[in-house]
Amino acid sequence: MTSENTNPKKRRSFLERHAALERNGTLLMVASLLVVSVGGLVEIAPLFYLENTIEDVEGMRPYSPLELAGRDIYVREGCYVCHSQMIRPMRDEVERYGHYSLAAESQYDHPHQWGSKRTGPDVARVGGRYSDEWHVDHLNDPQSVVPESVMPKYAFLNDVKLDGEHIQALVETHRFVGVPYTEEMVEAAQKDFLAQSDPDADWDGLLDRYPGAQTRNFDGAEGVSEMDALVAYLQMLGTLVDFSTFTPDASR
Amino acid sequence: MDEPRYDEATKTYTTGHSYDGIEELNTPLPRWWLWSLYMTIVWAVIYSIAYPAWPLVSSATAGFLGYSTRGEVAQEIARVEAANAELNTLLANIDLTVLKDNEPLHQFAVSAGASVFANNCSQCHGSGAAGAVGYPNLLDDDWLWGGDIDAIAVTVRHGIRNEQDEDARYSEMPAFGDILEAEEITSVVAYVQSLSGLDHNAELVAQGSELFADNCSACHGETGMGDRTQGAPNLTDSVWLYGGSDAVLTDTITNARFGVMPPWSPRLTDAQINAVSAYVHQKGGGE
Repeated sequence: MTSENTNPKKRRSFLERHAALERNGTLLMVASLLVVSVGGLVEIAPLFYLENTIEDVEGMRPYSPLELAGRDIYVREGCYVCHSQMIRPMRDEVERYGHYSLAAESQYDHPHQWGSKRTGPDVARVGGRYSDEWHVDHLNDPQSVVPESVMPKYAFLNDVKLDGEHIQALVETHRFVGVPYTEEMVEAAQKDFLAQSDPDADWDGLLDRYPGAQTRNFDGAEGVSEMDALVAYLQMLGTLVDFSTFTPDASR
Repeated sequence: MDEPRYDEATKTYTTGHSYDGIEELNTPLPRWWLWSLYMTIVWAVIYSIAYPAWPLVSSATAGFLGYSTRGEVAQEIARVEAANAELNTLLANIDLTVLKDNEPLHQFAVSAGASVFANNCSQCHGSGAAGAVGYPNLLDDDWLWGGDIDAIAVTVRHGIRNEQDEDARYSEMPAFGDILEAEEITSVVAYVQSLSGLDHNAELVAQGSELFADNCSACHGETGMGDRTQGAPNLTDSVWLYGGSDAVLTDTITNARFGVMPPWSPRLTDAQINAVSAYVHQKGGGE
């Protein structure tokens, strides 16, 4: 190596002007910010305008009020800490959990529940896999059905009865952040909330607004409990998209 | 800031920094390091051309290698399916009653069935298939709907008392709390306990027996042996799905039971259903 290379008087090339950055803290910070934001501009910003970010799929709909309340309980109890809702596109995951998750399936989630850790299994497609009774037994006392489980007990969910007092505000809030709830859905929110798990209710309106919603008494007890809401949410997970009409776009 | 000065001893220029006379040499980056940096930049450009990368107007560039995560998983699944295709086709179409005569295929079915079971069935029936309260033990020879391999396959395929499958096995025990008085139920409990030799209140057995004949025998049989066509359990053995104590039996008769099993045909292939049926059948209780 010759000393000529480092003679600043002889070489004032573009690459050597970084000396100015190294000698000025504020300039260095501004320049770093610019460089880092390139990553965001290239990787994040396009997702908001690219047409293939969220594919159109048949069957995806906003959550029914009871499912939405169950989802809030899911978030409140921190289920996402141990359970993911994201089946990755790999053979072992697809064989175990079912079709890999699509962006469309979490498009009405605010925030999404992808999670980042699996102490328990993924629950993105848990809907319909087990009976309601199993879910109730399992939430009451997980070890009664899965002795090797380390999941805590959630029996207290049975004790909290819900009257849907604030459900309309919840639905409105989700509409505010972009979920396409119609005016009709917002107005009928409390009615739909109370009807979904009531075997004596008229479900026609609910099913018009939320096609494919499952209607039955989920916890087997009278009234709407937090257990009803959570089981309704779990039994819906992964059941909305009609995969018989889905062809994966290969360029993704 | 001083002017950079040529340092004789190291044959290098200084940066011009001087702190109390201590100067800083402007030593150049090692060449190997510098070239590694340039190479990573070149690599990044090549990589971003070869693989999906640059966002354009309506989608991102696909990359000239044509790679996609989805394509890869589809290929990987197709590869494994092709490798097992021969056995799986045989297994999907075989008459299950003669499966055992084809030893290699039976072995394949049992090992494949073991993973199907662990993934889909163990949550209710237990990882060892011993069941739990309300979820039948599959190791014993006490079957609600039949324990020959075809009956097991039907149960797996369509499930029990679910709403999703029209062919699901179905029966509904009435809640006798609406039909019988509380003391009548107590006497039926005593009679049912007497059938399998449990401790019971002997004074109530006569009345219980009469009530049983009128209300229960249509499904559970006159002798309480049960009826598999209706999934009515045998009450004379010592196997209890929910329990045989006073309290549990009173609850069972008063409020009835309605055990549900989901249908597995939407999730499992025919070969998988046959495999898991073979696995359950060879557990010990298969008929």
